[in-house]
Amino acid sequence: MPKNDIKVALIGNPNTGKTSLFNQLTGLNQKVGNYPGVTVDKKQGTSKLSTTQNAVITDLPGTYSINPTSLDESIVLKTLLKKDIKESPDVILVVADIENLKRNLLLFSQIKDLEIPTVLAINMVDQMTRKGISIDLSLLKKELNTEVVLISARKNQGIDDVKAAIIRCHVAAKASPLCGINSKIDPDYFHKLKEISPNYSLYELWLMVTQNNYPETITKEEKDKLLAFKKDVSKLKKYQHKETIYRYQEINKILKKTYIVDKSKATDLRSKLDKIFTHKIFGYAIFALILLVIFQSIFDWASVPMDFIDSTFAQISDFTKNNLQPGILTDLLTEGIIPGIGGVIIFIPQIAILFLFIAVLEETGYMSRVVFLMDKIMRRYGMNGKSVIPLISGTACAIPAIMATRTISSWKERLITILVVPFTTCSARLPVYAILISLIIPKTKIFGFLNLQGLVLLSLYALGFATAILAAYILHKTLKIESKSFFVIEMPNYKLPSIKNVGFDVLEKTKAFVFGAGKIILALSIILWFLASNGPESYKNAEKNVIENADNQTLSSEEIQQKVASAKLENSYIGIMGKSIEPAIKPLGYDWKIGIALITSFAAREVFVGTLATIYSVEADDENTTTIKQKMASEVNETGGKLFNFPVGMSLLVFYAFAMQCMATLAIVKRETKTWKWPLIQLFGMTGLAYVSSFIIYQILS
Amino acid sequence: MSTIASLHIGEIGYISEESLDFIPLKLLEMGCLPGAEVQLVQIAPLKDPLYICVNGSHLAIRKETAAQIIILKANS
Repeated sequence: MPKNDIKVALIGNPNTGKTSLFNQLTGLNQKVGNYPGVTVDKKQGTSKLSTTQNAVITDLPGTYSINPTSLDESIVLKTLLKKDIKESPDVILVVADIENLKRNLLLFSQIKDLEIPTVLAINMVDQMTRKGISIDLSLLKKELNTEVVLISARKNQGIDDVKAAIIRCHVAAKASPLCGINSKIDPDYFHKLKEISPNYSLYELWLMVTQNNYPETITKEEKDKLLAFKKDVSKLKKYQHKETIYRYQEINKILKKTYIVDKSKATDLRSKLDKIFTHKIFGYAIFALILLVIFQSIFDWASVPMDFIDSTFAQISDFTKNNLQPGILTDLLTEGIIPGIGGVIIFIPQIAILFLFIAVLEETGYMSRVVFLMDKIMRRYGMNGKSVIPLISGTACAIPAIMATRTISSWKERLITILVVPFTTCSARLPVYAILISLIIPKTKIFGFLNLQGLVLLSLYALGFATAILAAYILHKTLKIESKSFFVIEMPNYKLPSIKNVGFDVLEKTKAFVFGAGKIILALSIILWFLASNGPESYKNAEKNVIENADNQTLSSEEIQQKVASAKLENSYIGIMGKSIEPAIKPLGYDWKIGIALITSFAAREVFVGTLATIYSVEADDENTTTIKQKMASEVNETGGKLFNFPVGMSLLVFYAFAMQCMATLAIVKRETKTWKWPLIQLFGMTGLAYVSSFIIYQILS
Repeated sequence: MSTIASLHIGEIGYISEESLDFIPLKLLEMGCLPGAEVQLVQIAPLKDPLYICVNGSHLAIRKETAAQIIILKANS
């Protein structure tokens, strides 16, 4: 980033429209990364403040105060206390919601006391008249001693004012505190605290003591002195309570002069909608209906573009094969790279649809009602209402889902949620399910409108959820972790989703998935192609042996070609690997080719389809344009029957429902739990369960 | 002694000074201050959590937390 860019940190309570403002300020100049040392998403974007001045804006997780109770919130504290010149913000932009200004100002007052230049953007002012709110802006500016801007981020109002205020704020002198916590609580105590270091504001020192969070720049001597203040825990707690009440008193004084609400004008749509959405019968019925719509749409809507992508890539592969010079590079392209890319692109429709639904449900405020409805149920299984969001997000991808557990403040509830999330059916399982279902389940309609294939898919999702819940219950009863469960969630006002916010969200998450998982899949496709087209001595002799044997038989040249390809694959490195595990997977109904796919899909489940695509495109003869599905349908087993028959298909479906086959998820669990213990338990527990269940299913059905 | 958990839907109370020590800091920060008006908006279908409106904030808290916050009922 250029040196003269202003570093702006965007902070605010959840549901204040922080993300809308971020999107308006930065547009498409956004990127997602990780905060140094942690895996929480870091959203950054550049904004053109004026013709000569740019700003780098960092969107911080939503928080009610800088006294964190969850991991997400501790990021905010860390960013603010960081005294690293490169990371610490020049200007803080606090976003507040006009309707909850009082509560939003608590966070503002804390930030102001850090003595960093601060701009307050009051959002959703387009609703002021409707809600009967009026505000004295110039007096509020004076009282808060800061830049205050009225905006409506959704309607793109006041964005230029925000930009101008950031510039003014940046050039102005050092900011002064708002509340000054020392005088009212215990002047002596805070005076002593302030004397420890002149390099930090009093409030920074107070936060270091109460939050046990020290910046890298602090000296050992200063830290020791601060640690002495930590001794009396009950006193610290009492002072924090006093501090909060004092802050509210100050805020009330200011708002009394500047902010008027005429309650008679407020409309009561919220309570009417709440009566429906949190109703003891309708509430659950609506939730179930929404889930049904999501799952049906993933299978129905997404299948059209997916079939199109599938056949397009088959055609591209054939086209390059027929039009390029034969050789190793052409083989790599047509058998490794193109099917590999196709295997990534094919997810986009499903992932985008899932993320779209989740983004809309979050934006409208409905998700909080789901948390409210589900808390008691989830608690029975050792989780809490907030675990519902990771479990639903898990249907898209376990990685963001595990990150979403950061809002859960109890460690035990959070750990259980992390451990069971991979059971929910993520979108990487979908291609595997989709192809197997289409092979073994007939395309009939039940009652004339329900798609049987869709129903089977739905029951696989139900199986995933049920297993997650059951596993949670077992963990709840067996894990001996003392952890206080504390639960509070805000019920935001209902809002119409903004197309821009939803669009950015879907775009960003799909991009992150495609580039994150895509790299692994593509790399594996190339490795696979190499392993499938190379081998030891027997591989090199395969062609010769087949042709020699063929002399005794009457075979067409086409049949010989096919036999050669088949023999080559069998003797390739990957064929050897697949065959060596065949004894272990035979009781599940799998042959060595499926064995190859099982090995490779430990990297990521979706690689299963890509692997089979590679295997069959290596094996198939050149003349036919067949898609992977047709190739699998025509595979035969030793007895001459269909290889992907009903028992094998069911066994595979169950295996993929349970097995922990995602290296990326294991890596995230390791980072989140800070030990290899939990990911290893997940890996062996889930895969063991998968093996046993597939074994039982296959033995019963065959 | 009344607590938030003993309110009926729609009923209003005022958080008493004596419960200050029992209110978690997080709830204080979200506006559950002594003296604040609190209304029980809704109870979840399985009788827990409770949906309250306090100081203009709409929050859902668990019954066990609500049972620790002492209030004075509006009519008494």
